[in-house]
Amino acid sequence: MKLTSPTDKLPINRSLSVTSWAVAPIIFAVLLSVPVLVIFGHLFFPSGDVWLHLTDTVLKGYIINTFWLVFGVGCLGFVLGGSTAWICASCHFPGRSFFEWALLLPLAVPTYSIAFSYGGLLEYAGPVQTSLRELFGWSRGDYWFPEVRSLPGAIFVMSFVLYPYVYLLGRAAFIGQSRNMLEVSRVLRAKPWKTVSKISLPLIRPAIIAGISLMIMEVLSDFGAVQYLGVDTFTTGIYRTWFSLGAPQAAAQLSAVLLLFVFVALLSEKWSRGKSRFYQITGRERASERIRLRGTRVVLAITACSIPLALGFLVPGAQLCFWTITTWPDVIDHRFIEYSWHSISLAAVTALLAVSLAVILRYSLRIKGGWLGRLCVLISGLGYAIPGSVIAVGVLLSLGWLDRTVDNMTRQFFDVSTGLIFIGGIAGLVFAYLVRFLAVALGAAESAFEKISPRLDDAAHVLGSGPMHRLRRIHLPLLSTGIMTAGLLVFVDVMKELPATLILRPFNYDTLAVRAYELASDELLRESASASLVIVLVGLLPVIVLSRSIGRIGYQSHGGAK
Amino acid sequence: MINAVPGLELRQVRHAYGSKQVLDGVDLEIEEGSLTCLLGSSGCGKTTVLRLAAGLEKLQEGFIKINGLLVGSNKVSRPTEDRDVGLMFQEHALFPHLTVLENVLFGIEDIEVASRTDSASRALERVDMLKSINVYPHMLSGGEQQRVALARALAARPRIMLLDEPFSELDSDLRASIRSDTREILRDLGLTTLMVTHDPTEAMMMADDLALMNEGRIVQTGCPSDIYRKPVDPFCARSLGDVIEYEGTIERGRVRTPLGFVPTDLGADVEKTVVLVRPEALHFQAANEDTGIRIKFIKIKDLGPISDVQCQVMDNGVKFRVNVPTRDLRGIGNIVSIDLDFSMVFVFPVR
Repeated sequence: MKLTSPTDKLPINRSLSVTSWAVAPIIFAVLLSVPVLVIFGHLFFPSGDVWLHLTDTVLKGYIINTFWLVFGVGCLGFVLGGSTAWICASCHFPGRSFFEWALLLPLAVPTYSIAFSYGGLLEYAGPVQTSLRELFGWSRGDYWFPEVRSLPGAIFVMSFVLYPYVYLLGRAAFIGQSRNMLEVSRVLRAKPWKTVSKISLPLIRPAIIAGISLMIMEVLSDFGAVQYLGVDTFTTGIYRTWFSLGAPQAAAQLSAVLLLFVFVALLSEKWSRGKSRFYQITGRERASERIRLRGTRVVLAITACSIPLALGFLVPGAQLCFWTITTWPDVIDHRFIEYSWHSISLAAVTALLAVSLAVILRYSLRIKGGWLGRLCVLISGLGYAIPGSVIAVGVLLSLGWLDRTVDNMTRQFFDVSTGLIFIGGIAGLVFAYLVRFLAVALGAAESAFEKISPRLDDAAHVLGSGPMHRLRRIHLPLLSTGIMTAGLLVFVDVMKELPATLILRPFNYDTLAVRAYELASDELLRESASASLVIVLVGLLPVIVLSRSIGRIGYQSHGGAK
Repeated sequence: MINAVPGLELRQVRHAYGSKQVLDGVDLEIEEGSLTCLLGSSGCGKTTVLRLAAGLEKLQEGFIKINGLLVGSNKVSRPTEDRDVGLMFQEHALFPHLTVLENVLFGIEDIEVASRTDSASRALERVDMLKSINVYPHMLSGGEQQRVALARALAARPRIMLLDEPFSELDSDLRASIRSDTREILRDLGLTTLMVTHDPTEAMMMADDLALMNEGRIVQTGCPSDIYRKPVDPFCARSLGDVIEYEGTIERGRVRTPLGFVPTDLGADVEKTVVLVRPEALHFQAANEDTGIRIKFIKIKDLGPISDVQCQVMDNGVKFRVNVPTRDLRGIGNIVSIDLDFSMVFVFPVR
């Protein structure tokens, strides 16, 4: 019998193959960072009068509004997310397992949808004020009612949909607290208050700060809600500077200033996460036991958990449902189907591309790690922190330049005009989505890859399998669930995305998010509800995935506590 | 002789988790300044004893005294933080956000500032960790973390020390050295110590006194060598080392086993017995036609100082396996006679 050596079977030039895997991340990182680099590049170009005009008139307002919005949402979100996280992680009361996942539901609601809902609910002609007037016989001017279309209104609505970031990370940290550590503290004669203030809280702090930072990044990127609620921030400013003032240069400079805020949030998130890594308990340590609540404390716990769930999901969700029921015969027509198709096809294409890129990037790290590869993957994923409107401006500037260059060249050499081939179609939009959401796919792909033991690679490698062969035969089959999750997350994010879509969509190419926003801007809130509702329903899918994994964490910790 | 107050005393302690009775009347007394190891398999309730002593679990029945002071009964429950106990876990449980020095200072913040740092430094010096006072726990190796945990517990000047399998996460080399260092430090300080472990070697090496625990009860206490030589039941015999086991009936004051007759004091009313033979009870010698049982070595695996030997009794074909000092096997051939040292053979009735 003739034995074949592995190399006989697979005559692959491995070194070349490995090199191409090492080059891929560099190419992607360069391409994906172009929009942001272009924005920063504009800091060094003079923009003339428009910028001076902006600094004289509105810039101060943008900074103050953005500051108060960030501060307000940070505080309220911390109170809502932190308290519910502690209650669900540390206490035992009837309904806890329900609240544990239900408190995540507001994550499905885009900030602009909740803003539209409350805008309609609390306006003068809305059901709340109308009922009050009917009940007490008041008329206009007889009473004071809080104005939802204001800075405090924006803080309120955003906090109620963004608190789950704090809840999610805080809860995991509370559950992860080692019971041994708390017991040692008591044995060392620390009274309960000292254990809480010196051990518990400092150990939770990084997770809470990471959660607040994520919330703040969402606040900084929001466009739809602040625009509708009439709060002038950087994102609305960028939009207006570009479209109303026609000053891309100044829009880019505003974007650069906004990015400074974003990087502060991003750095604090990264720093906190790095710190919290050391604060996790190891698998062998026992998780803390839950406090069994009784009597009025049960009522308090249930109330504390019900308020964010009700105001962040149930009330706006019910309002959207009600509006949809009353308007659907007029709203759901062939155009609605067309918007839905646009949303779904854009989301699907982006999800497919993002997942493919993420798998290639993560796999390239697996084959050929090293600091350069890791840096490239980090850069490719930075877009999640960057507001959609900033990315849109960067994409418009960079692809616009590319379009003009191609057009000039074809004119010069072939006497043909190509027009706007990149930003005229959906290519530019999909590129912007990729810049913004690749991180989501990268994160999901990372956790999926981590589950595959490197020993499998070694075993396949020894059996003569080259990198591509291994990817196809070993990794992709094992990654399938992780890939689906990654795709789903990107899909939903694209469905919800508003500012980049608004800026970059081709002429007359509307999506559900754009439609909802435009109708709401025209005060057709009822008519805008069905589009919002579809987005919320699709947005529930990843929340369900997330809540299932939360259930598993809860189960493990419960087992650990025993 | 002065009847000294025990450092730690548990009487008739019973404890249940839900419907599961974990401790079923535990009596334990630890002489002041001595180190007692509580040895038992996992789930026998030994960690519960420790947690009750520390006040981390509420006592349900019985009472607990530390240095004669009642700290737990069905009426009294002194909180953990007022019991003056030191506690070390298998997972060192160092506070990850505090430096080594801050960890050690944590338990002595109530004393005067100057002597506080002094005490912490002394404790760290004792465990040879003075060089790392400003680093964070995650930067230390497993052994160093355990040393710091010991220093943290010692700095608080506890009246008793409770150790919950503190060395089981360490590598074997490191375990041996940290074990002996810890033993020495605790002995120097004369600290009453209760250590829980499932490792008989560790227990024998560390303990002044051993307490063997099975199914929620203490079955035997005493100095390790006494328990090794005079176990009170098969569980105790098995707990402290290898045994070869046979069952047999009593015939005229002796039990027939494949290794020959073994004398016993058990009465004739005992129907069935179990005979446990420690490996060192077997004395191999060159084959002798006249006396003793003849054994054939089927396979010898030389492990250095000892050898793992598979044996077969030639008369009845019964096989057994035993570890024997390698030098005892030199020059005696493959077929040998054995003599039994009856002081290392134990006979118990089968209940």
